[in-house]
Amino acid sequence: MRAAVSSDVVSVTAELVATRRAGEYQHLTFVAPGVAERARPGHFVALSVGGPTTAHLLRRCFSIHRVTPSGTYGGTVDVVVSAVGPGTRWITELRPHDTTGVIGPLGRPFPLPTEGVACVLVGGGYGSAPLFWLAEMLRERGCRVEMILGAATESRLFGVVEARRTADAVTICTDDGTAGRKGWVSEALPDMIDACGARVVYACGPMGMLSAVSSIAAAHGAVAQVAVEEAMACGVGVCMTCVLPVRDKHGTTRMVRSCVDGPVFRGDRVRWDAFADGLCTVPDDAHGATGMRAH
Amino acid sequence: MSTATDTSRPAADVELRVDLGAAPGRLTLDNPVMTASGCAANGPELHRFFDVRELGAFVTKTVMREPRSGRGTPRMAETPSGMLNSIGLQGPGIAAFVDTDLAWLAAHGARVLVSIAGGTGTEFAEVAATLAASEHVDSVIGVEVNISCPNVANRGQVFACDPGASARVMTLVREALPRDTPIIAKLSPDVTDIVDIASACLKAGASGLTMINTTLGMVVDLDRMRPQVAGVTGGLSGPAVRPIAVRAVWQVASAMREGRLPPAPIIGVGGIRTGRDALELIAVGATAVQVGTATFNDPMAPVRVRDELAEELARRGYASVRNAVGAALT
Ligand SMILES: Cc1cc2nc3c(=O)[nH]c(=O)nc-3n(C[C@H](O)[C@H](O)[C@H](O)COP(=O)(O)OP(=O)(O)OC[C@H]3O[C@@H](n4cnc5c(N)ncnc54)[C@H](O)[C@@H]3O)c2cc1C
Ligand SMILES: Cc1cc2nc3c(=O)[nH]c(=O)nc-3n(C[C@H](O)[C@H](O)[C@H](O)COP(=O)(O)O)c2cc1C
Ligand code: FES
Repeated sequence: MRAAVSSDVVSVTAELVATRRAGEYQHLTFVAPGVAERARPGHFVALSVGGPTTAHLLRRCFSIHRVTPSGTYGGTVDVVVSAVGPGTRWITELRPHDTTGVIGPLGRPFPLPTEGVACVLVGGGYGSAPLFWLAEMLRERGCRVEMILGAATESRLFGVVEARRTADAVTICTDDGTAGRKGWVSEALPDMIDACGARVVYACGPMGMLSAVSSIAAAHGAVAQVAVEEAMACGVGVCMTCVLPVRDKHGTTRMVRSCVDGPVFRGDRVRWDAFADGLCTVPDDAHGATGMRAH
Repeated sequence: MSTATDTSRPAADVELRVDLGAAPGRLTLDNPVMTASGCAANGPELHRFFDVRELGAFVTKTVMREPRSGRGTPRMAETPSGMLNSIGLQGPGIAAFVDTDLAWLAAHGARVLVSIAGGTGTEFAEVAATLAASEHVDSVIGVEVNISCPNVANRGQVFACDPGASARVMTLVREALPRDTPIIAKLSPDVTDIVDIASACLKAGASGLTMINTTLGMVVDLDRMRPQVAGVTGGLSGPAVRPIAVRAVWQVASAMREGRLPPAPIIGVGGIRTGRDALELIAVGATAVQVGTATFNDPMAPVRVRDELAEELARRGYASVRNAVGAALT
């Protein structure tokens, strides 16, 4: 594969150098020259699956867990993968020295505050993967960082040890009470924002969680920055499958691409009212919605 | 109209220039490989991966008169060697398109084939007229008319299924554009006799044909026990549909050879992933090709296919791609 021409993204053949189990997830390290140097927390990568003659044409997207710009092998990229379907299963079964295509870094990263304010980072399931790297950057800027990790059960938590190492305070929640407090992250969040006086809440995880985090943050005077997960076919902005309704700064709702305009959005800009039952409808007041009614 | 020159030469020493004009020599492309409408956005996204001037032409996402939000999500499902999509022609509307998207493509030296649509014949013509009046029209090498969209006047049946409705659209678009503008009708494979539709379009003023648009399909989400895409049905694309594209191009090109249709350039599209796939469509009569869904797998696919095509031709002893056009027609 040829290298991409632009300075901000590369498309490379990446070699897997390490893969290990992490609860129900697989944590993989790829040598992906050029990706690490350009990546910021919140960026994602698009991996090809199945080899050069694969019948799975579409790439699979994963948050970058962390990067090492100049490791022993050259720049490496880590991802944390939950095997939910054929593509993710193929990736979790890769062995060291296997290769696959990696495009990245993609999307817009988490915006960082200019001052050292307190922040709460909320991760649901593998959604915590990009947050530790973010926590390190925030602390380098003098921010106090508290983390809440939540999952259905203990084996679906990711990075509890890492959280304790990187954050100033950590709360763990599981739906079934197998680790930490029993319940949802949204139950622990309000007190945490108030106690540390958080100005920003960063979140990554299932859409229901992001919606709850966004309204709690707003109610408690914090800005929510959420990384959404929409089904993507290309990851690079050319297919228009990954859209969701988001208000722009003038208040106009537009169906925007989460792969290029996101995946990080301000929580109070996302039209959560449009999501229900695994579907997202176009709000009646969205830009271009009247154009759809004609035909 | 555009005179931008190629920025990089493919490895193999094969003449890749092709003529797409209504008359020979009127519209020469540096190479026969284009993007496919709706699979490349409108320029900046792929320009991160390769220079848009390397393409024979850049085919833009189908644009209609008004801004369109597109449908709700999920908008896609992966299928074996392909995908189903139901985007709903999301777009900015023709006015914003010419001001922003076409302006960008013109500024970057792309040769642009603009894909247009409408819910009525009049809307098609209005979109074409706005394009023709644009200050960036010099970058436009032609108009691709996407007739695989619902006809308001006929209970939403797509124009492309009806020779009369297709012909009416071509006539109105022809009247709205300067006489020498190439007009390429993009046909649907979901018809009883594609030669009939091709004939109606060419007689009504189309100067060429693009084949094929997606074919209608459906996928069921068995966890939720409902259709997987919000639009219920969707368009199937990717290598899975390539044999359908080869068949459609072969049928129409054969009819031209036999004198049942006037000769006109054909642009082949459907499932092209490699240079070999491109040559297959060229061999049954396509003069140029478009790369669509494969771009989602490899953003460099259009230029890679161009280079691989040159190698495939060289290996078979062709000095020029023109010599291979229709080589497999009997
Ligand atoms: C920005 C972003 C970051 C992500 N980060 C992670 C991560 O860190 N770890 C992790 O395990 N998963 C992550 N996901 C989800 C992951 O991409 C999907 O689980 C995966 O694509 C499913 O592929 P599959 O073949 O196993 O499943 P299938 O359901 O068979 O996938 C079929 C197709 O649908 C698309 N698709 C299906 N579900 C999703 C989804 N939830 N998101 C995006 N595309 C989907 C796939 O790309 C593929 O084209 C992320 C998704 C996005 C958009
Ligand atoms: C996501 C997606 C969006 C598309 N949008 C359009 C469109 O707006 N106009 C159009 O004429 N064709 C559209 N097409 C069809 C393609 O241009 C092409 O005809 C078809 O996908 C077959 O080629 P392929 O197999 O190389 O993708 C779209 C296809 C896909 C996959
Ligand atoms: S995934 Fe294709 S446009 Fe976002």
